[in-house]
Order: sequence, then structure tokens, then C-alpha cells
Amino acid sequence: MRGVERIEQVFRKLKKAGVAAFMPYHAMGYPTRQKSLEIIAVLAEAGADLVEFGIPHSDPLADGPTVQTATYAALVGGTTVADCLQMARELRDQGVDTPFCAMSYYNPILAFGEERFANAAAKAGIDGLIVPDLPPGESELLEPACRAAGLATVYMLAPTSTEDRIKSVARHATGFIYLVSVTGITGARAELPPGLPAFVERVRRHTDLPLAVGFGISTGPQAAKVSEIVDGVIVGSALVKAAGSEAGVDAVRSLAEQLAAGSRGG
Amino acid sequence: MTLSTTTTAVNFGAVPDETGRFGPYGGKYVPETLMPALDELEEAYLNARVDKAFMAELAHLQHTYVGRPTPLTYARRLSEELGGARIYLKREDLAHSGAHKINNALGQALLMKRKMGKTRIVAETGAGQHGVATATAAALLGIGCIVYMGTVDMERQKPNVFRMQLLGTEVRAVESGSQTLKDAINEAIRDWVTNVESTHYLLGSALGPHPYPAMVRDFQSIIGLEAHSQMQDPAEGGPGRLPDAIVACVGGGSNAIGIFHPFLEEESVRLIGVEAGGHGIEDGAHAARFADPERGRLGVLQGTKSYVLQDGDGQIALTHSISAGLDYASVGPEHAWLRDVGRSEYTYCTDAQTLKGFKALCELEGIIPALESAHAIGYVLELAPQMAEDQVILVNLSGRGDKDLGTVMQTIGGDI
Ligand SMILES: Cc1ncc(COP(=O)(O)O)c(C=O)c1O
Repeated sequence: MRGVERIEQVFRKLKKAGVAAFMPYHAMGYPTRQKSLEIIAVLAEAGADLVEFGIPHSDPLADGPTVQTATYAALVGGTTVADCLQMARELRDQGVDTPFCAMSYYNPILAFGEERFANAAAKAGIDGLIVPDLPPGESELLEPACRAAGLATVYMLAPTSTEDRIKSVARHATGFIYLVSVTGITGARAELPPGLPAFVERVRRHTDLPLAVGFGISTGPQAAKVSEIVDGVIVGSALVKAAGSEAGVDAVRSLAEQLAAGSRGG
Repeated sequence: MTLSTTTTAVNFGAVPDETGRFGPYGGKYVPETLMPALDELEEAYLNARVDKAFMAELAHLQHTYVGRPTPLTYARRLSEELGGARIYLKREDLAHSGAHKINNALGQALLMKRKMGKTRIVAETGAGQHGVATATAAALLGIGCIVYMGTVDMERQKPNVFRMQLLGTEVRAVESGSQTLKDAINEAIRDWVTNVESTHYLLGSALGPHPYPAMVRDFQSIIGLEAHSQMQDPAEGGPGRLPDAIVACVGGGSNAIGIFHPFLEEESVRLIGVEAGGHGIEDGAHAARFADPERGRLGVLQGTKSYVLQDGDGQIALTHSISAGLDYASVGPEHAWLRDVGRSEYTYCTDAQTLKGFKALCELEGIIPALESAHAIGYVLELAPQMAEDQVILVNLSGRGDKDLGTVMQTIGGDI
């Protein structure tokens, strides 16, 4: 099973078990190509239910300093779109079968060719796509290309989203919907926003798709709290920071285990 | 957001369409968090445009505060020296705060104050002129203001950093990426995403997501509207006729679209945009999006689809220009469209040729131009001699050069 079905299957299974998905992000090529491959394998072992497979872009305007620094280093290290897809293929060949959602910005995909990208990504073992600067309405080419290739088209919603925007995302999204927890950019934060449950409730009224929350979650207890109200917990910056620390892959493993435990309810 | 209809084959008044597209260009490529803010801005703007009281207040400030209309100057000695077409200068350098940027900054700041429930402005700046204009408008209207500026630009436009601070604005240094305009825009957008409930992003050129390209164009169109009547009126210093060509420098493209737009339906008028040629196209160190067939391609940067300098992998290229205000990897979407439909043409001027234009205007006309504007003059040094003496060129002199004295001194040193 692959593509959008692989993602749907994971959420179905977890829903039955009554727990939320742990969905870590990593910037491919960071800190090195080899290390980023190890990190994805470690995240899968530590209990990741879906991996956000970061394809670096020079101008990540939705990202805070941690992800900016990591993706910039990955680009300086020579990471390309084609090589990110190749890395996905290598992981699949190693037997990693966690769903992968590629996460990038629109321009690298546009430059690659939308249809060509969707097909190449599907072939490499990618299951879905998240593009923060491509809201529904601007994706009239990429969305059908993804659909034809069997990839999930994941869209984001934010606390500022109006009812109309929520309905539109609910119509276009497949796989799951990514709820941005705060008005802001990616980055670890000390507190969860107090308005989160009401925001989740607002979206819930319009869709049966799994809802995952990201931006700002960095600890097991925070993950546990979020897992009470949604179907998935997304963690990026905190893990990327761990990947860049002295302890590197080991630090990623231990944080990922705490976050996975949190997502399963503590 | 359409203006009048036209009888020519291309309907210039029909862009952007309701989705913010100019043909294949434009659009709203932003994080979801910002979509409602863009809708709100569009609504406020559409409302303000037909609000007589708002438009009257803006016109009053333009007249009594900015000093509009800015004059039209016949550049007699420059024209005679070049021995071709007669050259007229639209003097945006004489607008308060030193450049055309104030037209848009004041328009948006007033819009925010009168039509939107926001209390704080963020802006980006390259040359510092948009930052100074925004700081000026914010001081005038009593609005808190933060300007993001790349550290490379802070160094080369030092006087403008101090100017903004004097005007009560906080200047935040941007250390990421190339530390120039593009990175300042990224940071301003990140601030906006974070503080969107309270904050208006006062974007400084005809760039970014819809409705900015159209709104900025409309606020800048006062340049072309004034010039259109001044050119035909000898009492205003005009030659008594429309120009044969209009020349303007193009960074994001706001001064150029501002002077072009009211002339779009005047088919006899050539519209020529001048991009930053830097060290030359072959060298790669430039910001000429339309002139580099290899790296200047359809792309999306900072909310809009247009021509973007990029590598084969869609990573945005580093640019170079002697002028901070033209040092940017993308260009306003309406320019890309006007070029496609054959209404405007684009060329470039290298750093070296720009300095020739800079010196010529200083020595022959007693006007020290901004280095951005000197790109237009640099190109006119080549264009005017190719034209007949009974022909007329109108140049948009978008700003004054006080801010650039340091750069020019470093570059040509004892030469000046
Ligand atoms: C004097 C002057 N002219 C031109 C520009 C370029 O901007 P635009 O292309 O939007 O007119 C700038 C930008 O800072 C400027 O300061």
C-alpha cells in the first residue's frame, strides 16, 4: 500500500487504538546527507507514524530560525530536489515503510515541473505533499498532478482561517489537514496556545479528515496534551535542533521516543 | 480591481483578474495564516478607492505634505550633449523624503489608519528609501513602525538607517541569506504572519501577493497621471506633446509601473524598463530578470508568480547591483505580463554605465540622482543619440542620491 492510502491506513489504525499519530519533520541533507538518512530511520524506529520529508528551499518564509539554518546548511551541502527523492527511494529500499509527506515550497516544485515532480515523488516512495506557500486556489496544476500520481494533497489551516477557508481546505485536502497551532512561523515554543481546542473544534465541524497540529510543539507532555484533541502531533524544530546538537542522532532518538510516547497519551 | 476599459486589442484595465492574476503572473502564494489578511486588505482598499473622503484626504496630504505635483524638468544640457532626442525628467527626487516611495507608503499608511483596525506597521527596505518613506508616513500618522533591512544594505545605505531611526522607527537587522532586500522581505513576512492581527505589512514595491501589485501600482500611478498632463502643457514645462519613449528603472517595478500605467493606451509611446545589469549578464552578478535567458525564468518568490532569477533547482539566485533598491531576484508580475503582450520592453544598465549616467546628471543638470534612477539615465545616454532631435524621452527620476554618496565615493573615489 502506498500514496494517500498508506497515510489513510495509518490514521485508521491509530484511531482504532485510540491514540494520535506522531509526525516528525526533518530537513533532508541536514546535517549531512548520510546523517539525514540515519535520522529518518531512527525516527521510524522511535515510533514515527508519518515522516515529514523536508526538501530545502532558499527562501523558507514560513520557517523560524531553526529550520532556516538547517535547510540553508543542507543547500550549502549540495542537497537538490532530485537527491531528496533519491533519499526517499533509498530509505524504502532499506525497508522503512512509514508514510512520507514531502514538505517544500512551491518554487522548487515548479522548477522541477509539477507533473514530473508528482510522478517522480510517487515513484520514489513519497506518499503526500505539503507546500506551505501553496494554498488551495493556487494549486490548480499541482493538485491534479498529485491526485493522478496517488499522492495526498495536505493543506494547512491557521487560527486566522475563516469558515470559507476551512470549507475550501476541507474540499481540497486528502490524507489529513495540517493545523498551524499559532499565527506565526515554525519554532519551538514554551506554551501551547490557549485557543487551540476552539480552533480544532471549528475545523472539526467541516471535515472528517484526520487533523494534525504542528508549529511550536517540542516536548512529550505537550505532545500528550495535543494528542487529546487531534489525530496527529507534528514536531519539527525541536527535533531539527536535536539533530544539529553534539549528541546528534542519539539526541533525536531520545526526544523522538518521548514525543512518540506523548502522542500515545503519555 | 479594474480601471477603465480600452478599445485596443489588449484590455489593460482587465488586470489583475479577481484572483489577482496578470495573465499567468501574480496570484497569492502565501501561507494560509495570511490569506484572511490579504482578503481584508483588498476589501479595505477597494472601499477606500471609491470613498471620496479618503481620496480627498490622500490628495490633500500629497499636495501639502509630499509636495505634489512634482515638477517636470527639461534636461537641456544633457539633451544637447547627447545630440538626439530631448530629455524630460519627472522629478520624484523632489518628493518629500527623497523618492517616489512616499506615494505608496503614505497611501497604505492612510489606508491602514482609516480603513483597517490595525495599529502597527512592518516594512522591508533595500535602499532604505521605502523604509524612510514608511517611517515618515508612520510618524505623520502616529503609527508604530518596524523596518527590516539586510545588514549588507544597512552598511551601504547608512544615512537612511539613521534617518529612519530619527523618524522614530525601529530598524531590525536581517542576517539571514544574502542579507539584502529579499531576506528583509522574508523577515517582514515572518513578522507579519506572527502579528497579523495587529499588523499591516507595508510592502514597498509592485510585488508580493495580490492585492499588493495592483494597489501599489495605483498609489504610484499619480506619477504617470501628472506627467501625462505636464508633458502636453508648455506652462508646466512640457514639450506640448506626449513622449516617444518613457524610461524608468525597474527593481520590483513600482516607479516604472507608476509612470507607465497612465500611458498604456497611448500606443505611440514606447515604455522601457531598465533593470540592474550589475557586472554584466555573462558575469552572473546582476539583477536583470528579463535579460538572463538561463536563470531568469517563471517562478514564485514571496507571494507572486513572475520572472525570477533562480538556479535549475528552483533555489533563488543571489543578485548583485551597485544600487540596493534594484538588487532583487524577482520583478512585479504586471511587468512580466506587459512584456509578454508586447506593450513594454526591458533592457539593463551595468554598474559602470550607471555611474556614467550618475555623473552626467550631476555635472550637466545639477541633479544628484539615486543610483537606482541613474540606471535609467545610464540607458538614456545610449538611447537619446539614436533618436531624432524632434523626438522626446521622458525619464522617471525616481529618487535623489544623497543616500548613495558613500557608495559612489567608494566606487569612483577621486574621480568625482
Ligand atoms: C529611488 C529609487 N528608485 C527605484 C527603486 C526601485 O524600486 P521600484 O522598482 O519599485 O521603483 C528604489 C528602491 O528602493 C529607489 O529607492
